[in-house]
Amino acid sequence: MEEADNLSSPAPVQDLGSAREGAKQWWMQRMTAVALIPLTLWLAASLLRHVADDYATLAAWLRTPLAAVLMVLLLIALCYHMALGLKVIVEDYVHVERVKVAAVAVIHVLSVALAVAGIFATLRVALTG
Amino acid sequence: MPRALRPLSPDLQIYRPQLTSVLSITHRITGIALSAGALLLVGWLAIAASGPDDYARLHALLGTGFGLTAMLVWTFALFYHLCNGIRHLFWDAGRGFELKAIYASGWAVLGASIALTAAAWILSSRV
Repeated sequence: MEEADNLSSPAPVQDLGSAREGAKQWWMQRMTAVALIPLTLWLAASLLRHVADDYATLAAWLRTPLAAVLMVLLLIALCYHMALGLKVIVEDYVHVERVKVAAVAVIHVLSVALAVAGIFATLRVALTG
Repeated sequence: MPRALRPLSPDLQIYRPQLTSVLSITHRITGIALSAGALLLVGWLAIAASGPDDYARLHALLGTGFGLTAMLVWTFALFYHLCNGIRHLFWDAGRGFELKAIYASGWAVLGASIALTAAAWILSSRV
């Protein structure tokens, strides 16, 4: 029988236990979710309006301060919300500790990279066009 | 019992699918689909940033049968996850846990998602 199954051994307290950030992550998931409600509706409406645009019209729209700022906010909220959501999924299904930790780390790195890439592209259109 | 042999919930061969469980797993699946969609969103922005020629090629790709199907699936995933997400936020506030409310809100989410997807597609085809 593994040591961790014996509740009177120190193993559960020493190696396992909470990451102590659970409450904050729960709250941030809800905060980004609330932010994403108007941002997503804005994205959907904007894509609808510009789906048939030629390049010049689309770039002109993305260059407006409102569109650029909202897009950056959307990318930040989206990538944060996505990272937390995918983390929870990994934690639900992956039980080999090493693989789980690696998967969550990769998710965090890719989410940051995605946000940065998206913000860079948005600013590139908005500032240079 | 060794960890690997313990039965895990839910026992999918035994449980009957219900609106609650089906909507719940769909919320997770649409979340994953939207994560892939986030990649495509950033890809779209990057191509928009790289100039009109690349953008025109992307536009052509989106107009193909495959592209349109992908957009339809993404649109539904977006509206479903949005509506069910709001349903979740009500639960987080402690509201709507009575069984009748859970089923009513569940059907409302399904209906709203389909309606919003249909509306988006009708509107986009008129542009």
